[in-house]
Order: sequence, then C-alpha cells, then structure tokens
Amino acid sequence: MKKQEKLDKTIVVPGDLLSEDATKAAEGTYVENEKVYSLIYGLADEREKVRVIPLSGKYLPAIGDVVIGMVSDISFSNWKVDINSPYEALMHISEDPRRIESSEMAKIMGVGDLAIFKVVDVDPSMKIELAPREGQLRVLRSGRIVEVSYTKVPRVIGRAGSMISLLKSKLDVNIFVGKNGRIWINGKAEDEDLAVEVIKRIEQEAHTSGLTDRITKLLEEEKHGVHEKR
Amino acid sequence: MEFMKNGKRIDDRLPNELRPIKFEVGPLERADGSCYVEHGGNKIIAAVYGPRAVHPRHLQEANRAIIRYRYNMASFSVEERRRPGPDRRSIEISKVSREAIDPVIIKEFYPRSTIDIFVEILQADAGTRSAGINAASVALADAGVPMRGLISSCAVGKVDDTVVLDLVKEEDNYGQADMPVAMDVRTGEVTLLQMDGHLTLDEFEQALELGKIGCASIAEMQREALIQKYRGEEDE
Repeated sequence: MKKQEKLDKTIVVPGDLLSEDATKAAEGTYVENEKVYSLIYGLADEREKVRVIPLSGKYLPAIGDVVIGMVSDISFSNWKVDINSPYEALMHISEDPRRIESSEMAKIMGVGDLAIFKVVDVDPSMKIELAPREGQLRVLRSGRIVEVSYTKVPRVIGRAGSMISLLKSKLDVNIFVGKNGRIWINGKAEDEDLAVEVIKRIEQEAHTSGLTDRITKLLEEEKHGVHEKR
Repeated sequence: MEFMKNGKRIDDRLPNELRPIKFEVGPLERADGSCYVEHGGNKIIAAVYGPRAVHPRHLQEANRAIIRYRYNMASFSVEERRRPGPDRRSIEISKVSREAIDPVIIKEFYPRSTIDIFVEILQADAGTRSAGINAASVALADAGVPMRGLISSCAVGKVDDTVVLDLVKEEDNYGQADMPVAMDVRTGEVTLLQMDGHLTLDEFEQALELGKIGCASIAEMQREALIQKYRGEEDE
C-alpha cells in the first residue's frame, strides 16, 4: 500500500468500478447501470470527471493531430504513409500547394522518407487523410527518429511543454514530438545520443511522479560527463 | 483409483482449493501484450498482437475488429511427445477460448483490424484451456485493448463422488467429470461452459457455484498481477 501512495494516480484494470456517478464518465471508461467502470488497463485520474490514462495500446489518429509519418508506398495520386497505427494513411498530391506530376511524386517524397503531417480527415471505417503540417511538404533529411508508445507522449512533452523546453535548453537539439509517438531529434551527434537516452528514460518512468526533477538531474550529470570525456 | 483420503485430494488440497497460481505480466518484449502463467503444473505463455491490419484481407470487417485465438500445445508439453501443429482438439479449444474472451472486447473501436491472441502451452497438467484464457485475458489488458472486464476461468469436476475445484491431471484423466468455466466475475456472465463426464443436476449446480468462486479468486490474482507490473518499476 505504501508503494501505491508514491504514485499520483491509481492503477486500474478493465472492469474496475470508478464512480457511482454516471455523469463523471470520460475517456477510457464506460457506463453500465449508472455506474462508471474502467475500459482499459491504466491510471485513473479523478477530478471533475474520471478518466483512465492508458499505459499501452495503439495510436488511433484524430482530426488535427500532428504526426510523423513514413512513406510506405506511392500510388497514382497518393502517398501511402505509415503513421505507427493499425491503419495506413494517405496523402493526396493535391494537398501539396505545388503542382506535382504523378511521375514526379517519388522525387518529392520517396518510399522510406519521413515527414511531419497533419491529420485532416478520419472517417468511421478509419480511412485517414493527411496533409503537410504547414503549407509545403518538408521531408526530414537529417537527425533521427525515436519511437515511444503514444501513451507516453504527454509525459515527453510535459505540462505546457515543460519537459521539451527543458531538453531543448540543456541540449543543443531541435526536437519535434508527433502525437503518434514518433519523435524527431536533430542536432549534434552527442546531444542527439543524450536526447534519445533521456526520452527512453521518460518513457520507462512515465507513470511515476517527480519525473521532471529526476530528468533535470540526469541531464546535468550526463552533460558534465560528456564535457569531461572531451 | 482412490482420489479422496481424509477429506484431502491426491495433492493434499481441499475439494474447494485452487492450485498455486503465478501470473507474470509482459515477459515478451516484441508482443503488444503478454502474460506468463504457472497454474499448478501448467506453464503457459500468452501473447497479444494488435489491433493491426488484417491478413488475409478478405477476413477483415468494415465496422469492427476481428479476434483470432490460437491455442497450441508444445510437442514437449505432455509426457508422450505430441505431434506438433493444430489437431482437432486444439482447433476446438481455440474456438471456444476465442468465444470466451470475445464478449468483453470492445471491437467497434478498431474497424478493419485484427487482434491476434497466441496461447502456447509449454507444460500441461489439466485445465490448460482455462489457464490459457486467464493468461490471454491479462495479455489483452497489457496490450491496452479496451474491455468491459477481465475474463477468469477455472475447471471444476467430480472425483470419488465429490465435487472438486481445479483438477490435476490424474483427477482429469481418471475422475468422473471435468467442467471448465469461464466468466466475467463482475457481471456474472458465463462465457464458457463445457462438460465431460457425468454430473447429476444437483452436482452440476454445486460445481458451477464452486467454479464461480474459483474464478473470483483468479480474477483477484489477475488484477493484482497487472497492478504489480507498475508498482514493481516504481521501486527502482
């Protein structure tokens, strides 16, 4: 029980009773006989509403999400894009403001290329349409990609972007976190190495409290280590 | 064969006592969710993959996920070497196990996808389908699959005219009846009920009640195992 208290939220499993008040039901819950139960294995977060934050699972795109995708195939007028989800997404050539001929598609963005996209449409059968994040398409040609579970993305970003700001201030890197759990890191090799290490650490400890402090400490120590080695 | 001596069974258990059970959540790195279970002499590993794209494509459903369940016994899982590969028995167990777990999964969240469940029996000692369902249920939760509850399962049976819980191999092979039960303990919904052997109506009702009690104990262990996975990491 003592260990349980260290967590800021309670771990629940599917079918656990969360509340007797059906109006409090939010994501990750379901209502049966006016009572709220957990739908998934995760952390229960009870405030005005009670929701369950997943600990695992697959990313499901929603309209407006910004994700990092990898081109998996090119058809006549669409790029097929893998967005780390059970469903393949499509980007039509008309989404790029330039006039692109079908034969030139591979030159703009070939199979295996990564880019940042915005989800513009998701229909009930999970057909997904993408567009470039802002205006013209920009293929990611440098840096590297780390994949974490999409459920850990809020922790990697931190409250109001605090964790990301911390990483960017301590390390000389550019970081972009996609909603689908793909993270793009671009900078000097040592800084990238450290950023990857830190992000993996955040993923492992995402469900614990006091994480920001620990990460700050880790960054200080590691940064020192890197300087000494040189 | 004599099964009951001074109210105790051949392995020294009471008629209403389960064998020792141990769940381990997430032993497999590559699977989306996994669970290893030791249930008496049974050693079983369950892996869940998905929701993911369906292959072959014609199996996919436009409005929901499909569930596939494969129960497989390792060739070394029993005393005499078993021929590897599916046989009539394991195909049937795969089907009934899938149907035991299917009702609690919210399939409508993942149209055009599949959730694949693999249950491998490494060592068998009666009640493998039940233990497999227990492990599969935990593995599904570990994979983050939305479910209305966990499915718990155990076997009941009759030896020496006594209704007993959770049979061992000898009781299963030479006893008078064997009846696996699977259910969602919270709602009381029974999702699997099979019977091999003979029970009177009274004995059947008594056995079903005993089975429900066994399932309730197992549900608590499943829940505890899932919670422990993250408590354990907190210690480090």
